[in-house]
Amino acid sequence: MTTIAVAETALTLGLLRLADTALVHAHRLSEWCGHAPMLEEDLALANIALDLIGQARALYTYAAEIEGAGRTEDDLAYRRDAPQYRNVLMAELPKGDFAFTILRAFFLAAQAEPLWRATAASRDATLAAIAAKAAKEAAYHLRHAGEWVIRLGDGTAESRRRMLDAFAVLWPYTGELFEADAADRALIEDGILPDPAVLRPQWDAAVDRVFAEADLARPADRWMQSGGRSGRHTEHLGHMLAVMQHLPRAYPGATW
Amino acid sequence: MYTQALNQPETGPNAAEDAARLARFEARIDAEERIEPNDWMPEAYRRTLIRQISQHAHSEIVGMLPEGNWITRAPSLRRKAALLAKVQDEGGHGLYLYAAAETLGVTREELVAQLLSGRAKYSSIFNYPTLTWADIGAIGWLVDGAAIMNQIPLCRTSYGPYARAMIRICKEESFHQRQGYEIMLTLCRGTPEQKAMAQDALDRWWWPALMMFGPPDSESAHTAQSMRWKIKRFTNDELRQQFVDATVPQGHYLGLTFPDPELRFDPATGHWRFGAIDWEEFRRVLAGDGPCNRERLETRRRAHDEGAWVREAALAHAAKRRARAAAQKIAAE
Repeated sequence: MTTIAVAETALTLGLLRLADTALVHAHRLSEWCGHAPMLEEDLALANIALDLIGQARALYTYAAEIEGAGRTEDDLAYRRDAPQYRNVLMAELPKGDFAFTILRAFFLAAQAEPLWRATAASRDATLAAIAAKAAKEAAYHLRHAGEWVIRLGDGTAESRRRMLDAFAVLWPYTGELFEADAADRALIEDGILPDPAVLRPQWDAAVDRVFAEADLARPADRWMQSGGRSGRHTEHLGHMLAVMQHLPRAYPGATW
Repeated sequence: MYTQALNQPETGPNAAEDAARLARFEARIDAEERIEPNDWMPEAYRRTLIRQISQHAHSEIVGMLPEGNWITRAPSLRRKAALLAKVQDEGGHGLYLYAAAETLGVTREELVAQLLSGRAKYSSIFNYPTLTWADIGAIGWLVDGAAIMNQIPLCRTSYGPYARAMIRICKEESFHQRQGYEIMLTLCRGTPEQKAMAQDALDRWWWPALMMFGPPDSESAHTAQSMRWKIKRFTNDELRQQFVDATVPQGHYLGLTFPDPELRFDPATGHWRFGAIDWEEFRRVLAGDGPCNRERLETRRRAHDEGAWVREAALAHAAKRRARAAAQKIAAE
């Protein structure tokens, strides 16, 4: 099965950025299934992953429809190689420990929740419908992850140390959540996606509220990682895709 | 996913039971009344149920591992979502079943400790590896199919909380079974390589699936008593035969061959007759020498050990919250 490259317009690129972030994050969450610290978290993390896979499917299907090249959601997920993936880097970092997983889920949900809420009023009706459903899901993800950030930050010396370690790794990846390039600006001007500058204060407020309760201090902003949204990834994504795409690539043309 | 009659000897002390209470209990069983957590029950009935329900719960939890092995490699997004949801359902079944067992006076922590120490059993089927994607189809079709045969009668089992848990579980299992069969059907209608993958999965899962019903009736230690108390409604061999009768035509529809040269239809009885099961393999796998026994338990132990700090943190935070709330209340007064 040959690798494809999508002819990206501003809208297809915008959709792929959202879809890829959801799918790649879902993959990392799904790695916990059967291995979580308690049965309740096996269920909760799987639940969040399922919501994200659902979002990715709807977005890929729409992107494929707009592209008009007869492709499917699976072509977009399974036939693009790492440089064609458009997810934020934070989503692809390896699973880490539970503190890392939870803090990542919290940072991503704190961005996704206001994003989807605003996008529910998008001038693109299909995207608005996807967003209306995703907003409700993201609100649950934000609540669940936020409660855990507080528990771990405020829990024991070890849980706090692990939370701080996760924090040190993840913080430089938060800047990418609010970048806007020319394609993003075109979508913002057309009223299709919200301006990240408008989302940022909402993200800050959610982070500040949870951090205050967890007794965590946010660091001063410094150099930020960037590149995932334009296809320059960490070393980890290629390994993830090698696993995820293995079957369709080993048996080209088969239907599953 | 599934319960199995595991034929462990009943070793608990035989408490002197009040004959009148026992008679009332048995009369209620005979009248098809449900026994509820606060009702009097013979100790052996309680112990049998704790053993059976907890083995069933452990089987669900360990059963998450072989299928979980394919979540990140599912070949389409639809299959990925369905598999993740299925494995999540199994975790949910484990949760309700531990809760049902807790109504009998044990804690989930004790039961999990029994699993991790190797004292408790779980279904032997999960000690086999999932080697190809077709195994996900075969498990759904055969393993969930066998589970349903075992579990439908448990919806009428005499202990109320177990019966009610089983009603919900059976609905989900039957959905899983259809999903698994649909995976097999897709493979069998696919490329020759896909069909070969499906055949190989049937070859490897067929006999272990038949073993899921537990030892033959002639060797089953608990069957007679469990039938009398209506914990069980059919014997192991009866259920196994029902499963074979239902499953063989499904396999033929797929165009697959069962790995049993003696399999034949008996027109006189309407049953499919099958060859001898290798009970030596069953006992060996149950005793710990199966392909994945060691790995499955190690994986569960690792998840438990590596998660200990998370559970401790949650408890510590809850205690701090309570202390802060109490301090605020005092300050307000």
